[in-house]
Amino acid sequence: MTIAHDDIRLDAGAPTTQTMTMAAALNLALADAIRDDPAVVVFGEDVGALGGVFRITDGLTERFGEERCFDTPLAESGIVGTAVGMAMNGMRPVVEMQFDAFALPAFEQVVSHVAKLGNRTRGAVRLPMVIRMPSGGGIGGVEHHCDSSEAYYAHTPGLTVVAPSTPQDAYSMLRAAIASPDPVIFIEPKKLYWTKGEVDTSQVAHLGTARIAREGTDVTVLAYAAMVPVALEAAEIAASEGRSVQVIDVRSLSPFDDQLVTAAVRATGRAVVVAEAPGYVSVAGEIQARVFERCFEYLEAPVRRVTGFDTPFAPPKLEHFYLPDADRILDAIDSLHWDDDEETR
Amino acid sequence: MSDRVLTPETLLPRDEPVRLIAPDGTAEADQHYPMPDLAHLRDAYRALVEGRRINDQASALVRQGRLAVYPSSHGQEACQVAASLVLGERDWLFPTYRDSVAVIGRGVNPADAMVLLAGDWHSGYDPTEHRVAPQATPLATQLLHAVGFAQAAKYRGEDTVVLALCGDGATSEGDFHEALNFAAVFAIPVVFFVQNNEFAISVPLSRQSAAPSLAHKAVGYGIPGQRVDGNDVAAVLSVLGDAVDRARAGEGPSLIEAHTYRMQAHTNADDDTRYRERAEVQAWIERDPLTRIRAYLTAHDALDTATEDRIAADAERIAADLRAALNADTDLDPEDLFRFVTTDRTPQLDEQWQMLRDEIARGAASDAVSPTGGSR
Repeated sequence: MTIAHDDIRLDAGAPTTQTMTMAAALNLALADAIRDDPAVVVFGEDVGALGGVFRITDGLTERFGEERCFDTPLAESGIVGTAVGMAMNGMRPVVEMQFDAFALPAFEQVVSHVAKLGNRTRGAVRLPMVIRMPSGGGIGGVEHHCDSSEAYYAHTPGLTVVAPSTPQDAYSMLRAAIASPDPVIFIEPKKLYWTKGEVDTSQVAHLGTARIAREGTDVTVLAYAAMVPVALEAAEIAASEGRSVQVIDVRSLSPFDDQLVTAAVRATGRAVVVAEAPGYVSVAGEIQARVFERCFEYLEAPVRRVTGFDTPFAPPKLEHFYLPDADRILDAIDSLHWDDDEETR
Repeated sequence: MSDRVLTPETLLPRDEPVRLIAPDGTAEADQHYPMPDLAHLRDAYRALVEGRRINDQASALVRQGRLAVYPSSHGQEACQVAASLVLGERDWLFPTYRDSVAVIGRGVNPADAMVLLAGDWHSGYDPTEHRVAPQATPLATQLLHAVGFAQAAKYRGEDTVVLALCGDGATSEGDFHEALNFAAVFAIPVVFFVQNNEFAISVPLSRQSAAPSLAHKAVGYGIPGQRVDGNDVAAVLSVLGDAVDRARAGEGPSLIEAHTYRMQAHTNADDDTRYRERAEVQAWIERDPLTRIRAYLTAHDALDTATEDRIAADAERIAADLRAALNADTDLDPEDLFRFVTTDRTPQLDEQWQMLRDEIARGAASDAVSPTGGSR
């Protein structure tokens, strides 16, 4: 079972930038992490020979062997619970929950142990582990394949919860998550798995920071995961109508980058929060509250939210009604008490 | 792997629990499980006396308000003692909230083992120091941690064995199933040790399982199961020791069920007269693990009055130290609430600690102005 360290080689001198899908970027991040650190192991359901139902672990078993990437019994609590034990004993497990809604059997392990063990032991035992969570809708999935469960995790003290929206962030943030001394819930927007972008593997991400995805001066749109490209689309349309929309990719749901967000909204004076999860008691609601508390004197209008409805996730043929789109974001922007708006004077 | 043949017959436990010493102290020879030698058993007896004294001292400290709660293992000390004695230096123990005596047996200071129950913090010892995981409260969850921990050791080629403890109630949990299944599939060096003390708070074993015994569940996972008289410390040492040896030799996990009894209520907050007859409790008191091993050792001239007195005096000293530690007021730092949540404190927690610190400072200032402290 011991591993041959000779197998680990750094691709020194190789070009660090290439264009790839988010799925490929995640795959590359896992491969590079396994290559660089013998403590990194990847496991879950169907992550071996199949390469994961979304092919995120494609080729890892073949390249690195069964010891480094392996299939487990079909049991999510078992996957997360054994990862806790491995992390207690010097490993850096990266586990896959096949779909967000399938992660719920592991919820007790996540909340009672993953999130608390470091605190319980006064820092004597840290859990450097990553739980990858294919998340959200937009892929025409049937029931229990398209939930947005980030609020459960973001609500739990002790968990770092992040959600990339670009191939670059997918790579850099997953590397940072695996390198983190603490447990990370890594939300992967399924809808964006096949979107392409440039990935510079030398770029390092700092978990806990937001990112300005588009500069703008009139209004700040705060979005994360699959809603970032939708917000960018809305910003593009708004620009053609003469309105300058700033888009911030929140990307770190916990901890939250109050500093960047507060400065941004204070500068524009208007904000819309966009998320596809139901809005009630949500990450979007938390962001809205934080912006209100910190920016009230700077605001020209109430902070608005555009979210999924407070219904169970829609069946595939109805999901286009459920998911926020650019029009819904533009409508929210239009309602922000503009000076040229007769109705709101 | 060994050449052990995996058939249901070889995996099934015996019809009767393994017993090496009868309740009256007479030896019962066993073909498979050898009697531990007298020196080993005398060490176990010492640990039993100390464990009983710690249990009863901790229960008294609850009545005096120094501990918030204490789930006593009074009556189960043979299991507790054997669990700590069968492990080597490099091995790990994954205990539950009722396993304080086993935790202490691994070298954890008794007062540190009581920190959770005193309410000072959620765990009072560094797990890496004595190779004891924090005592788990959610049932069966720690069994999976034990499996993962041992899996990491196996991956690195270490010969660490992990002993995972749980009770009869925990065998109904999903994590019990997942832990045994994972351990079996990956041939992980874990020994699952169920202390069947007949009750999960008030619910009897008959409501947990319809299996012939809890050890019979092992066959469903393809691992050996065995039953042992949990009040016979010699038998528990022999059966657990055998399972630990097999795990270390690469023969994979096993499931051991000890038949014992929770002689006291679940905790001080429980009233066991509501759900069990006194006669049943009395019958088990007569099968006390201490009297059995004492009778055996005395009959074999391995325990004289002077030794007994010395052991009793040492146990008294441990109890006195525990009393003193828990009667002393501990100095708690409210900043600890924020200190360990993550490795680097988040800006949000910085803000919240600042708020609490200001609140405390204002409280101290107003106390200084109004020494009676009643003006607010």
